This record gives sequence, C-alpha cells and structure tokens, in this order.
Amino acid sequence: MTVPVTIRLQQDDFDTAREIAALSAGRTDVGAVVSFSGVCRGGADGDAITALTLEHYPGMAEAEIGRHVEEALARWPLFGVTVIHRYGRITPGENIVLVVTASAHRQAAFAAAEFLMDYLKTRAPFWKREESAAGAQWVDAAAHDAAAAARWTKS
Amino acid sequence: MKVVYFAWVRERIGKAEEIVEPPAAVHTVADLIAWLAGRGEAYAHAFETPRVIRAAIDHAHVPPDTAIAGAREIAFFPPMTGG
Repeated sequence: MTVPVTIRLQQDDFDTAREIAALSAGRTDVGAVVSFSGVCRGGADGDAITALTLEHYPGMAEAEIGRHVEEALARWPLFGVTVIHRYGRITPGENIVLVVTASAHRQAAFAAAEFLMDYLKTRAPFWKREESAAGAQWVDAAAHDAAAAARWTKS
Repeated sequence: MKVVYFAWVRERIGKAEEIVEPPAAVHTVADLIAWLAGRGEAYAHAFETPRVIRAAIDHAHVPPDTAIAGAREIAFFPPMTGG
C-alpha cells in the first residue's frame, strides 16, 4: 500500500487544521496524528526581529525533504506524512514550517515528526535572514541543531 | 558546468549562478572551491573559510572529496538554517 506523502514549498501560509485532518480523513486505521508547527519568533533580548526572509534551493529542497520522508517511512510504520515549508518574507507570529505524521500508535508518529524536523533544520537547503532595527543578517547554524540530527544516526 | 550559489555565498560573489570551465587539474569539490577562490576578491571572500562551505551535486549533498566529473549542477552554500 502506498503511504500518502505531501511535500510542498510555498510562499503562502497554510491551514494547519486542514492539513492535520487530511491525514486521517476517510480512514479508520489511523490512531495517532502528530503535528509540529514552526513559527517565526519576534526575538528576545531587546533585539526584536521584524521579519525573516527564507531563501531556498528550488529542486534540491523538494528532493532532500523527499529523501528524509522516504527514510522516515522505512523506519516507522506510518500511514501518512505531510511536510510544508514556506519561503520568502515571513513576519513574527506567522507559520514557517509544518510536519504532520500519522500512524496507528503515538510512538511512531512522534518519533517520525521529530526525526523529520531535526533533518529539515540541518539538511534541507533553506537559509534564514533576519531583519531587525540594526539591519539584516544571515542566521548562523546552531550547533545544537546539528547534534539533534546526529542522534538519529546512533545505534 | 553550471555552478549555483545561495545565501551569503551568493551575496559575496554577487551572482546566483554561472557557467564555469575549470582546468583539468580540478577533480574534486574541494579543488573547485580552491579554484573559484582564486578568481578575484569577491570569490576569495565567499570561500575564505572552505570548511564552512557546503556543496551539492545535482541536488544531493556531497563531501568535499567528491569528484566533479559528470556533474550538471554544483551548488555552494553556508550551513542550512531552515525549519
């Protein structure tokens, strides 16, 4: 049986509730749906972020996310996966990314969603540029994100 | 071959893509980075710290020792910050 997989890169916002509902619509074998929403923060420490601009590598971004979805499908018994990642200019409070996983039980759905997010952070070709009162600058990759992705390759 | 650049690598070089014809001695991704870095100040700035530069050949991540023979499109970019 083919597992329904949706991967979308888009400038526009998405409807989180609709995407979650879609993974269990019309079927009774799904017992768990996990979703992760990544939202643009306004920043802390008085250095308020006014907007983010997300640059991506068209073609590779879809391919890379697809490879990680395939790996998730091989590792966990999933009934559906949806990954939506926005690009372009995004302001605080807006959605950036959505991962939804469906399975019979929660463990697989939780693990697969976390796995996909950890890899999206470090392997999907997207780059954030932050705008603040001080100007605009590219966001540095965080070491803790690399460490989070690396733990999935340990035995 | 076609070379594409993203984020601050693109900004420092001042272009998003170009066609390059490196000499035969340029075998690997690391060789190509070193050759590109010698093409002028903007390139030298973009590739001043080769260990932070990530590369992809035909839409897949590759390590620096990967051969470039047969590549249609090679991309250079900083560590990714999506999600």
